[in-house]
Amino acid sequence: MREISITQIIEAVRKLCMDANYRLGEDVLGAFKRGLKTEESPNGKAIFEALLENAEIAKTEQVPMCQDTGITVVFLEVGQEVHITGGSLNDAINDGVRKGYEDGYLRKSICDPFTRINTNTNTPAVIITDIVDGDIFKITIAPKGGGSENMSRVTMLTPSGGKNAIMDFVVQRCQEAGSNPCPPVIVAVAIGGTPEKAAILAKRALLRDIGSENPDLELKEMESELLVRINNLGIGPQGLGGRNYALAVHIIKHPCHIATLPLAVNLCCHASRHKEMVL
Amino acid sequence: MKKITTPLTDDIIADLSAGDQVSISGYLYTARDVAHKRLVDLLDEGKELPFNIEGSIIYYVGPSPSKPSAVVGSAGPTTSYRMDAYAERLMDVGMKGMIGKGKRADNVVQAMINYRAIYFAAIGGAAALIAKSIRSVEIVAYKDLGPESIRRMEVEDFRCVVINDISGKDLYEIGQSEYQIGPDKTN
Repeated sequence: MREISITQIIEAVRKLCMDANYRLGEDVLGAFKRGLKTEESPNGKAIFEALLENAEIAKTEQVPMCQDTGITVVFLEVGQEVHITGGSLNDAINDGVRKGYEDGYLRKSICDPFTRINTNTNTPAVIITDIVDGDIFKITIAPKGGGSENMSRVTMLTPSGGKNAIMDFVVQRCQEAGSNPCPPVIVAVAIGGTPEKAAILAKRALLRDIGSENPDLELKEMESELLVRINNLGIGPQGLGGRNYALAVHIIKHPCHIATLPLAVNLCCHASRHKEMVL
Repeated sequence: MKKITTPLTDDIIADLSAGDQVSISGYLYTARDVAHKRLVDLLDEGKELPFNIEGSIIYYVGPSPSKPSAVVGSAGPTTSYRMDAYAERLMDVGMKGMIGKGKRADNVVQAMINYRAIYFAAIGGAAALIAKSIRSVEIVAYKDLGPESIRRMEVEDFRCVVINDISGKDLYEIGQSEYQIGPDKTN
């Protein structure tokens, strides 16, 4: 039984909140550079240039790349041989988020859904825990902005609709979302499970590196086809018209009930933030 | 690039068309969801607004906290449609410009024609870069709202693009129709 103290966890979460908001991943920066090359629209090219400059300022000056520093989504992978010591794991995660957002000058954006009164701590975080074999303890912090979250959807399709209905729904979602989710976006799609399972899987699909290959050949082909269809809509960077609306499409599938075909689409803005640490 | 200064006048606005790149200098007022509701509640009660809205531009933004050495944190636009329910009421009392991102409702686009007002988009998510054009910030109302409080921002060479002008044109529609191809084409 490996012991991990909550003080280690609090500090790791604190640091990851700041890192995630200051430093855009190399995979996203690479996608911006490719976008700058392939974009036909002058407005679109100028946007890719601005986003590269913005990421550089954020990294150098240690300021958030976007003022919307997100709702803090925390993915935990906890080995069943791990014993957490010194207090509650959930409290430790939330303490780390509170400290990270305070010390890192990150915006606190979490409020009561009715009164809209801000909790002023950016907590509670959304914590998604997987219990796994062994003694690993891995934390991934994925701050998610409200603008792109508002454009995400979960739906229950009819099984007879099959792949075509799935693809049409995803393309239509992008068409309707238009400029709202801060394109260029990453389109994460989860098929199967239950409505809540699909929603979590779609969020998890955002963690995949842009440009990485889907090991499932059928899904890989769907990703390529969807990327072309979505970008052919012409919505472009920031919705001003152009070739690059989506930087990538990431699909996950999961078995479902014989009567259902759940589908979740999670759009992520170009500030596709996630940082991880293994303790 | 068209250079304009605040407050906005009918003449300045008449010269702007959807697609124009604009550099704004002067003052912007910030407001987002809850601040808009409070402003419209004041109007409903027949009370004064906490700032002079005549000729003003409202920037839909909730900045991140500023570091001790900085005037402002990161400060990019938030999505505008959430303010659609309030925009016409504010145009009616003199607001002339809005800065945000994303498409507006048809009634807001029509109101811009009627009231001779204009809608600009700044680059969503380019918040650290946009902050470089903000010279000073003071809170003018609703400090309790934290990032959502109303601020007066002095800006210099604040870059944005005209989305909706007073002729009813919409850059999102124009841009998309120029680049869309293939079987999912909508128009």
